[in-house]
Amino acid sequence: MAYLRIVPDNTNIPFMRMRKWTFPLAAFLSIMSVVLFFTVGPNYGIDFLGGTVIEIQTKDEKPDLGKLRSTLNDLGLGDVQVQTIGADNSVLIRMGQQAGGEEAQQAAVGKIRAALEGEAEFRRIDIVGPRVSGELAFNGGLAMLVTFAAIAVYVWFRFEWQFAVGSIISAANVVVMTFGFYVVTQHEFNLTSLAAILTTIGYSLNDTVVVYDRIRETLRKYKKIPLGDLIDRAINDMLGRTVITTVTTLIALLSLYIFGGEVIQAFTLAMIFGVLAAIFSSICVAAPILIYFGLRQDQMTKKQDAEAAGKA
Amino acid sequence: MLHFTRWKMIAILAVVLAGFVIALPNLFSKETVDSWPSWVPKRQLVLGLDLQGGAYLLYEVDKQDYVQKRLRSLVGDIRKAMLEEPRIGYSGLGVQGQGVQFRVRDLSQLPEVKKRLDLLLNPLGTSALGGPGVNEFDLEIGSDGVVKMGYTQAGLDQRVRQIVDQSIEVIGRRIDQLGTVEPSIQRQGSDRILVEAPGLGDPERLKALVGQTAQLTFHLVDTGVAPDAATRKPGTLVLDSTDTPPVPYVVEELPLLTGEDLTDAQATFDSRTNEPVVSFRLSSAGARVFGEVTQKNVNRPFAIVLDDHVISAPVIREPILGGSGQISGNFSIQSANDLAILLRAGSLPAKLTIVEERSIGPGLGADSIRAGKIAAVIGTIAVCAFMVMTYGFLGWLANIAVIVNVVLIFAVVTLLGATLSLPGIAGVIITVGTAVDSNVLIYERIREEFRAGRSAIASIDAGFHKALGTILDANVTTLIAALVLFYLGSGPIRGFAVTHAIGVATTMFTAFTFTRLMVAMWVRWRRPTKITL
Repeated sequence: MAYLRIVPDNTNIPFMRMRKWTFPLAAFLSIMSVVLFFTVGPNYGIDFLGGTVIEIQTKDEKPDLGKLRSTLNDLGLGDVQVQTIGADNSVLIRMGQQAGGEEAQQAAVGKIRAALEGEAEFRRIDIVGPRVSGELAFNGGLAMLVTFAAIAVYVWFRFEWQFAVGSIISAANVVVMTFGFYVVTQHEFNLTSLAAILTTIGYSLNDTVVVYDRIRETLRKYKKIPLGDLIDRAINDMLGRTVITTVTTLIALLSLYIFGGEVIQAFTLAMIFGVLAAIFSSICVAAPILIYFGLRQDQMTKKQDAEAAGKA
Repeated sequence: MLHFTRWKMIAILAVVLAGFVIALPNLFSKETVDSWPSWVPKRQLVLGLDLQGGAYLLYEVDKQDYVQKRLRSLVGDIRKAMLEEPRIGYSGLGVQGQGVQFRVRDLSQLPEVKKRLDLLLNPLGTSALGGPGVNEFDLEIGSDGVVKMGYTQAGLDQRVRQIVDQSIEVIGRRIDQLGTVEPSIQRQGSDRILVEAPGLGDPERLKALVGQTAQLTFHLVDTGVAPDAATRKPGTLVLDSTDTPPVPYVVEELPLLTGEDLTDAQATFDSRTNEPVVSFRLSSAGARVFGEVTQKNVNRPFAIVLDDHVISAPVIREPILGGSGQISGNFSIQSANDLAILLRAGSLPAKLTIVEERSIGPGLGADSIRAGKIAAVIGTIAVCAFMVMTYGFLGWLANIAVIVNVVLIFAVVTLLGATLSLPGIAGVIITVGTAVDSNVLIYERIREEFRAGRSAIASIDAGFHKALGTILDANVTTLIAALVLFYLGSGPIRGFAVTHAIGVATTMFTAFTFTRLMVAMWVRWRRPTKITL
């Protein structure tokens, strides 16, 4: 019986020799992402900038965007953006922060409601005031740092410190590249996007730990082989698993992207990018870091001996 | 690895069965579930506001507004205290920043000043930590006769805490009167209140009821001067009416009565004009004051003021001694009803402003649920198909494990009463993708061991043994990330983290017990000598 094998057995891809190219590539992509983040900047949504988003469904089958735009821009609320989304008669209205604090936001929405009364059904109204928007960004950043710290401690206890450093750098690389993805595509960056990025951290760490686990095992088995070859062996052994798992995750994400509806689409797209970045990063960043940080094979052996002594 | 005692087997199957039973009510409508006999579990998933529609309103106590109002009334109290016999001469009394300041003329009276002002410090009871009580204000008397009275940080914090508590109570009373929605009202941080009303697509009415301070006061109107005249007497205010265009009134600053003197308020119709009005009843003390005032001021107008706006200014035709009256002011039936509710429930101790509002219409929520369901079904089928293509029969076992996993996630979410939001559905779908990973790790390992020359059964045994260590490490790291997100995140981040964390936990459970049990039973049944993976 022939089952589907995406990756043939006994692959022998020299990942660690390729690190001369892949590691600088990862570094370059990360640095570019950071540079773009600070020069171009992501397309921040109202969660971080404050402002208002209103989703309406017009009574007309085909809404007249031009008319809608001029009606709304005549209200004197600054620049009001109007665009269709998803279904034909769904329209998204975006409005920046109004001068004059929280009450001005409410007043502005009141004006829009009055102007569109009877012509459209209000499906969703999000108003984020100036005070909250800063906190949401701060809390998101805090959550990310605490996640990193907690995971680093766990990996350090279960492996060696080099593994902890490697898993964090690898996850940070994924996060930074996903930020870069948002800058390049100019998808709206909001709380849901932050959730997507935080999720890729989880996925990336999961993947890195699986690869590390195998590296640790191989290190203990073959004490005489050079570290680079050992790591290659471990990654090649796990390649079948890595690809199958990535495919199943991507299948789940793609179905969410295609069928999950407008609201969740940007979230899933970032996740898809994040998953791909995560496998790249586990193999091309996390693994070579062990070499760069001078992991010594006798470190593992000693620990193993100590464990064995402890058991005996 | 492949041996299970009878009791272990029963326990594992019992957990899985319990999962199915607990998750089952979610497949039926609420009405169907209600008609089931009482011994069947009936609990259903709590859907987030983004799925069932609803309003999320985050209010913040307007501290600056509160402090300014409170200090202005402190100025009045100080003035009164200084006027007591023997009178104390002072100058320059007024609000300065976060406090009140004035200068005492005769320095020999300073000890007497301290004695009188000490009574105004307003102790706020013992602090939450059980330490000594805090005063609302602190008092500073300089030897040059300058007296400063103002808020301390501790006093303000304590006061804001009390305001939030009182406001939650008042809001609760108001919403109870509305009767139709069942919102949750919670404190958030030190100075915020979160009101969530599931199922409410249009929160305008709720906002009108929750956000209004509803401070009702009755004032005598000073008809002697024009509102813009510079000759206004001290102790009077100019307030606009709610008419369009607004009409200004000069009223006495000190109210005759406040909303606290009311014992009841009802929306009714005026017997002559048939317009909606709000009738009220005063407490006995309030009725006495009102009786005296109306007796003395026949033919003068008095203003009924709601939140600094004059809603009507009727002329007193005759003394009102019965302690009841009515407020008219261009009400619709609903606005009269709302005002009656507000007056019955009491006023908010401070102004609340909306700092974040999210409302989702029920239509959008239903669309999201439909899309989420379709995506979940298609995603699961596609993943299952891929697994069968890759692993054949063992792929089917993996699929059963994944389905058990999804059922267990829904069972745990139902059991915990956690909220399922749209990002939560995404969390479940991603778990489907990654739950397969544990099976992939096990199968790939078995395959490898078999290729290395072990017997089929030994390979399966070693495969499980070695893969489970990896699964543990990989999932614990993911679980840590999900838990941090749950505790620190808010909104969509939290919604995602709930199902993701539960999903990781159930994934570990199924990998360690259920999948192993299924494979063990298969081994016992087929006694495989060859592994075709």
